[in-house]
Amino acid sequence: MNKIKTIIRKEWAEVFKNRMVIFTVAFLPLLMTAIPLVIIFSTGAITSDASTLTNLDAEMPTELTDAMCPEGLNGADCFQVFLVSQFMMMFMIIPVAIPVTIAAYSIVGEKTTRSLEPLLATPITTIELLIGKCLSAAIPAVLATYAAFGLFALGSWILVSDKILLTALLDARWLIAIFIVGPLLAVMAVTFALMVSSRVSDPRVAEQVSMVIIVPVLAGFFGQMAGLFVLNKTVISWVAVVMLALDAGLIYLATNVFQREQILTRWK
Amino acid sequence: MIHTETLTKRFKEVLAVDNLSLDIREGEVFGFLGPNGAGKTTTVRMLTSLIGPTAGTATVAGFAIGRQDTDIRRTVGVLTETPGMYDNLSAEVNLRIFADLYEVNDAAGQVEKYLKMLGLYDRRLDTAGTFSKGMKQKLAIARALLHEPKIIFLDEPTAALDPEAAHLVRDFIAELKKEGRTIFLCTHNLDEADRLCDRIGVFKSRLLVLDTPANLRASIFGRKVVFHLRAADDRLAQAVRSLNFVREVKVVENKLLVNLEDPEAHNPEIVRVLVGVGAEVQFVGELRHSLEDVYLQLVKAA
Ligand SMILES: Nc1ncnc2c1ncn2[C@@H]1O[C@H](COP(=O)(O)OP(=O)(O)OP(=O)(O)O)[C@@H](O)[C@H]1O
Ligand SMILES: [Mg+2]
Repeated sequence: MNKIKTIIRKEWAEVFKNRMVIFTVAFLPLLMTAIPLVIIFSTGAITSDASTLTNLDAEMPTELTDAMCPEGLNGADCFQVFLVSQFMMMFMIIPVAIPVTIAAYSIVGEKTTRSLEPLLATPITTIELLIGKCLSAAIPAVLATYAAFGLFALGSWILVSDKILLTALLDARWLIAIFIVGPLLAVMAVTFALMVSSRVSDPRVAEQVSMVIIVPVLAGFFGQMAGLFVLNKTVISWVAVVMLALDAGLIYLATNVFQREQILTRWK
Repeated sequence: MIHTETLTKRFKEVLAVDNLSLDIREGEVFGFLGPNGAGKTTTVRMLTSLIGPTAGTATVAGFAIGRQDTDIRRTVGVLTETPGMYDNLSAEVNLRIFADLYEVNDAAGQVEKYLKMLGLYDRRLDTAGTFSKGMKQKLAIARALLHEPKIIFLDEPTAALDPEAAHLVRDFIAELKKEGRTIFLCTHNLDEADRLCDRIGVFKSRLLVLDTPANLRASIFGRKVVFHLRAADDRLAQAVRSLNFVREVKVVENKLLVNLEDPEAHNPEIVRVLVGVGAEVQFVGELRHSLEDVYLQLVKAA
């Protein structure tokens, strides 16, 4: 347990000296928060103009309004909810992108600086090392996601006066997405990046290959934008269940792939 | 302390270590000599539980490799061949991390002790990346010792150090030896091996020989005694050659080089004979072959 803490402390001491990492950890969540808030703000201004209301009402498919909006919400407000919902998937990029930049470097980085062998010579168990490396990338990612969501919640509370709209924006779908799917995504990204990192010999390659894990999230984002599916509560819950199974499988795979001798000698 | 039996490691086509059987005693400094690619580092990695053997067994401090790896790692200290530091972190933090990983009780105290011992205390707050090669090597040695290991593996500790730094490290190893630790020393520096090691194994995939430095010399070259005379010639050489215990005599300038089994017993007799035939003996001394001669002889033959 203490060794895991030591690894995390060490990783953080090292990683947060890297400007690129600080940039992703700080900037990405701010960007992802700002975009939906700007949209709420600007559509709020448009829809208060009564003449556009009827048009919007007509354009919203009932399938969507049913999924998104509690009864008693007018068409314009429902449209706001819809627009902002589109960006829920963007929040899901945070827990994937941040840990990838940290974790991709974590094994191959130690290889290139030749600190891996002394580290593996200590009595730390392989599992402890793996957990330490995992958590050191996943914790900042999850915290950044929560922080971004906190800012978003605060912002929408200030911008949106209508109680119903507020509860619709911050409904169960969001909470499941942020608090359950987010950490699961982070674990997935980290485990994947660690496996890549222990297999390659160049940190840049590790980062590029690991970034592949963002593709499914982006696909989800654009798929939803294109109207291929609606992220209602059921879909999100299923995503969470699938993620859980996926994570379990990835962790199992990682603990098998991650062997001292392999990462030490499979070099060039 | 270290015991191996037909320890073997194969990397695909390369047979890096072939049937190594060794017995290293407690408190011994064991020199492991061999050319580049001989398999020294591979052996150290097996004995420190970093990689597993292809065949054979070994115990280190009574723990079996492959089965009690964590115990072995806890018990031994290892200076790896290319020991990297966390270059962005200070020397002190680097050591603190490892003290914690080695479960050292008084981590801060141990870190301070070894920083001082290796002359790095004044630079403890500087990042390791700013250190010179020699300082990094010293820091790496400190890192290997924080948990006061009974067995220490040193893989070329003085390679790439300037003579002064190398000297300091050698003195430090001698110090560790005095403390009664068992030391497994891989080196290319034969002079270092000669001075520090109780026994030496010459290795090139297989163990070629294993003995004390003195015995290695004697077994390969026999023992030679040099008689410095005011003037040496064949007549004097002939007189010495006629003694039945003398194997070989050579004249080199004013010296007679005599090959003997037991110089301590026979030198007085030779001196008597030389004086008897009118030679003026100035000095008598043993001709020491350098360990380098021994080593080159063995490695070429292998
Ligand atoms: N990870 C590996 N994969 C494949 N072959 C390896 C690996 N590590 C070592 N070898 C091979 O095993 C042999 C022994 O290498 P090793 O590094 O143990 O030699 P060494 O005695 O330490 O040499 P040096 O004096 O140069 O340090 C070499 O032929 C080397 O190429
Ligand atoms: Mg070597």
